[in-house]
Amino acid sequence: MADDQHRESVAAPPATGTTDGHGPAPHDPLAAGSPPATAGAVTGALDLPAGRIRREHLAQLVRSAPFIIGAVLLLWWIVCAIFGRSFSPYNPVNGNILKNNLPPSGAHWFGTDSLGRDMLSRVIVGARNILIIAPLATLLGTAVGTVVGLVQGYFRGVVDIVVGRIVDAMLALPVVIVAFLFVVAVGPSTLTLILVIGFVFALLIARTVRTAVLQERELDYIAAARLRNESSAHIMFVEILPNVSGPILVEFTVRLGYAIFTVATLSFLGFGVQPPTPDWGADIASNYGYLSAGYWWETLFPALAIASLVVAVILIADSIESVFIQ
Amino acid sequence: MGEQVTGYLLRRLGLALLTLVLLSLIIFLAGQVLPGNPGRAILGNLASQRAVEALNNTLGVNRSLPAQYWSWVSGIAHGNLGTSYQFRAPVSTFLFPALGRSLKLAAVAFVIVVPLSIVGGVVAALNRGRVLDRIISLAGLSLSTVPEFVSGVVLIAVFAIGLKVLPVTASAPPGSSVPTQIRYLILPAIPLVLILFGYIARMARAGTIEALDSDYVRTATLKGLPHWVVMRRHVLRNSLLPTITVIATQTGYLIGGLVVVETLFNYPGIGRLIFTAATDKDFPMLEAGVLAIGIVYLLATLVADVLYTLLNPRIRLTRAE
Repeated sequence: MADDQHRESVAAPPATGTTDGHGPAPHDPLAAGSPPATAGAVTGALDLPAGRIRREHLAQLVRSAPFIIGAVLLLWWIVCAIFGRSFSPYNPVNGNILKNNLPPSGAHWFGTDSLGRDMLSRVIVGARNILIIAPLATLLGTAVGTVVGLVQGYFRGVVDIVVGRIVDAMLALPVVIVAFLFVVAVGPSTLTLILVIGFVFALLIARTVRTAVLQERELDYIAAARLRNESSAHIMFVEILPNVSGPILVEFTVRLGYAIFTVATLSFLGFGVQPPTPDWGADIASNYGYLSAGYWWETLFPALAIASLVVAVILIADSIESVFIQ
Repeated sequence: MGEQVTGYLLRRLGLALLTLVLLSLIIFLAGQVLPGNPGRAILGNLASQRAVEALNNTLGVNRSLPAQYWSWVSGIAHGNLGTSYQFRAPVSTFLFPALGRSLKLAAVAFVIVVPLSIVGGVVAALNRGRVLDRIISLAGLSLSTVPEFVSGVVLIAVFAIGLKVLPVTASAPPGSSVPTQIRYLILPAIPLVLILFGYIARMARAGTIEALDSDYVRTATLKGLPHWVVMRRHVLRNSLLPTITVIATQTGYLIGGLVVVETLFNYPGIGRLIFTAATDKDFPMLEAGVLAIGIVYLLATLVADVLYTLLNPRIRLTRAE
């Protein structure tokens, strides 16, 4: 635990004069030298202490109610994504046009849409695309972002400055706009969405990892490793990486929530999964025009599905974060 | 001291300009990677190859990339944002009115969310660790990740169609009075409010907790100052300073979130302008619109940093070490 104490003193804000009756500034734009917060809805907790994932953390998680609620909800949607086709009550793609716009009933719990397709089946099967794209994009972003952040924080110098400037420029645009710009550029496809969202997230995650690495690299065990003449790659990936795994895990879960946000938004705007494949965002886009006709179920159930999925992920992310922060 | 502030502000301005140049490069590259050629996109599949080439020639899109970038950037520097492919008219005639309308919508959202989230954050901080704190924090966090179109359609279903208390569209009939215009903007503003609430409240909460835990607040309490005096003079004054920065950085997001809200509520602001430009492959419009969003963000963060420096003399002292 000695290194934990050391880490705290490194992370503590520099003491500033308090004789004037004001406290130390939590956010000092001068110290940062760059815009102090990240752009857009995608804003993770940036002031995370560095930390290693330990077994006690897991035990604490399992006892937290928000974590359990989030995990159960997420598990439900994962089951829908994998097995949805086999237990959805109707065919989600081919409807019975004679039974269109039916309100919720015993036969169609969530009603039917304007083409007579069962909404419950579409909601169940619609989990698939978003749960393929969002986690893969987040994984890609985390992997690339971790490597870039490690290199940036460990070597500093020119690489750090150049990457830092590019990240700043990208962050001047909301993630949805960047994703949107690039998806328009290369055409919507599952792969495009994964690559674009992964790329933007890599920049954001690199920033967090870099901050954590900057703290680690000043510690004695790094000096010791250098004296042992270990290679830079060994120091980065074997010595530092395990000690910044906590913030990386937190970043991963928070980003996953925002990846779902982004994927859903892009599908709503028509740059995601193309019809007739069931997709929550695309379904809302094609059905919300019927709201004024009173067919609320065609929009409301996919909307609730998206909301429950992001909230589930965010509950998990928040629990993980609070376990690491204490 | 004065020199230091000036030096800092100059450095900050230089940094913003550098970021702006990089941003313009990124936007330009993304705009040029866009598939298909503009001539073909405008004339359609039936047009002859020669007509397409002639149009591309007129539009100047078959020149080298550096030449195109240079004429784009120098045009912007001279106030010429380019010509829309779609409307065959200067981009600026569409961009500025749209930006104005978006700022109106953003202003309504800010007027609602800033007081609301600061009160939420302070209340959470005062109840730290209790159920109320947990509810405010978790609700704020959850709401901030629900996409705007999801909360938007629920709001439309409930307030515009179910209860019929607010209009479905965002644009008031032409010539409406200001209160009527605001009434039309309330419903579209709420999805933005819901997203921003969690983030600003979180910052206000963190700032308040830090102030509450400080030595000077303990001193103030111990010397017998009434609770509300301690709160107003010592806690809030310090805790809200960082919140200013956060609010300003959210401006960038807000303008971006407008793409969805304006599409959903059919409001002709910059978000919908960018959306239509993208679907129509109207590159000059798209590039100018995205650049405008970036500039608004850079300006907002610049103003926030400057405000923060001016309001907080201690930073200058710290810097002197």
